[in-house]
Amino acid sequence: MKEIRLHGRGGQGSVTAAEIIAVAAFEDKRFSQAFPAFGVERRGAPVMAFARIADKPIRIRSQIYEPDYVIVQDVTLLDVVDVAGGLKPTGKIIINTDRPKESLKLKTEAEVITIDATKIAMEILKRPIVNTTMLGAFCGASKEVGLESLNKAISERFKGELGNKNLLAIKTAYEMVS
Amino acid sequence: MSEKTTNMKVVEGSYAVAHAVMCCRPDVISAYPITPQTHIVENLSQMVADGDLDSEFLTVDSEFSALSVLIGASACGARSYSSTTSQGLALMYEVLYNVSGMRVPIVMNVANRAVGAPLNIWNDQQDAIGARDVGWIQIYAEDVQEAVDATLQAYKIAEDSGIRTPVMVCMDGFVLTHVYEPVHLLDKELAREFLPDYKPANILDPAHPMTFGAFADPSTFTEFRYQQFEAHQKALVKIEDVAREFEETFGRYYGGLLDGYFLDDAETVIVTLGSVVGTIKDAIDDMRSVGKKVGLLKLRSYRPFPVQALRKALKNANCIAVIEKDVAIGGEAGLVTDLKSAFYNSSIRTPIIGFVAGLGGRDITIKDIRKIVAKAEASRGRIESEFEFLDLRTEIL
Repeated sequence: MKEIRLHGRGGQGSVTAAEIIAVAAFEDKRFSQAFPAFGVERRGAPVMAFARIADKPIRIRSQIYEPDYVIVQDVTLLDVVDVAGGLKPTGKIIINTDRPKESLKLKTEAEVITIDATKIAMEILKRPIVNTTMLGAFCGASKEVGLESLNKAISERFKGELGNKNLLAIKTAYEMVS
Repeated sequence: MSEKTTNMKVVEGSYAVAHAVMCCRPDVISAYPITPQTHIVENLSQMVADGDLDSEFLTVDSEFSALSVLIGASACGARSYSSTTSQGLALMYEVLYNVSGMRVPIVMNVANRAVGAPLNIWNDQQDAIGARDVGWIQIYAEDVQEAVDATLQAYKIAEDSGIRTPVMVCMDGFVLTHVYEPVHLLDKELAREFLPDYKPANILDPAHPMTFGAFADPSTFTEFRYQQFEAHQKALVKIEDVAREFEETFGRYYGGLLDGYFLDDAETVIVTLGSVVGTIKDAIDDMRSVGKKVGLLKLRSYRPFPVQALRKALKNANCIAVIEKDVAIGGEAGLVTDLKSAFYNSSIRTPIIGFVAGLGGRDITIKDIRKIVAKAEASRGRIESEFEFLDLRTEIL
């Protein structure tokens, strides 16, 4: 089983991103689960969402404390949340930032991957909503979900022109980290 | 993945349940939105607005009104549905008795949540367990699929002419209402076959006047109550029958009144209900792999409380740990008290330890389950404590 923890701020679509991972993984014929960290949702407040992917039906309901992957949508969270907490040494953490990774001073043995998802989102979506871009980066860095399945899950969620733009954002991020 | 997964879809628990309600074709829906039940009624409202569900959706000022209008609707022969949680269920309290006493077969999903004060929107089961004596049948779901299936089964149980008793289908708030996971959404036509239209023998009809909820003086009140008690006894059989019938139609079965996991040779048995069952099953797999004979009894039907089935299923256990997300302040907690009471006049003398866990959304992990099992095993010789709050943070008391 692979466990993924997403960190973001309320309104950045972290819960949606976790749900899309679950839909995409199931499209890959694997079992999946996604759920929010059940906070009192407020725009801007730190939020978490979780996803699990496995080859057997998933029964466990507890939150994720030792993730294989961490996705951080907003680098300012590093000052307030221990985003790498419990991350497996063999895992990966993907952070949206334009800063060099050495400057982040993350306490983890896991591989740190940075991507300027905000820049990609601003160029393509014209909005600083980075969740789909970060999914592209996650897909490229982890290969835990297939790109085609991810695209299909995105197209189900976002129709028409908005869907196409999100697909382009995913492709751009995917290629950057692959 | 097997063939069985081919028709599954990854959807939110609330959507899956709303879809199940749609397949039950209620004539009247009335509900008041409250976290974490909101997505269920939002989805239903959307289905009605889109024309996918031909129901009267009545928006009201409170949960009290929501359930009250359904009494009238159901008494007129309309299949009726509501959903609530926590303070909403508490606000319905008086009406809950009226519904069960008037024998109108309303079905309601309860998205289990803590009851304030202090204010807490997270999951536990205080709301429904606190309403255990109001005369409603209560069925608890382990996962989204069970919540979906139990919703359809609930109408078949409730509307049975020998039972005519309302049913709460309880699903853990957030944990099941907000999770995305693969689910078999119900097939509309199969659901119609399984659950035909509601055609009660006695309804409010000006052409044939009748009274529901009439005055009952001391000469008859006991008999009204007795009939409700008797209906619950009949439901013990009906719940199992309906689960089997459901299996014939849909191919899924996970116990009627209760279900076991590695129960047959288990020395230590955990008894619980709701979504924590999944985490416990994973913990049991771990413990079994190192030779620990641990098993699980999942209670599906809390009301009626299946005394005989529990005695039979638990007769070989050496020790029993009850895990529940509620507390009966001043006593112990609902499930552990009921279980002890079920055993007292039997030959079973197995130690039972009650653990209150997961209150107000506190996470229950595999590590917690291992700790509970270790404590229960240690109690075989001598019970140190028969009831406790798991992981109490004594440093902040």
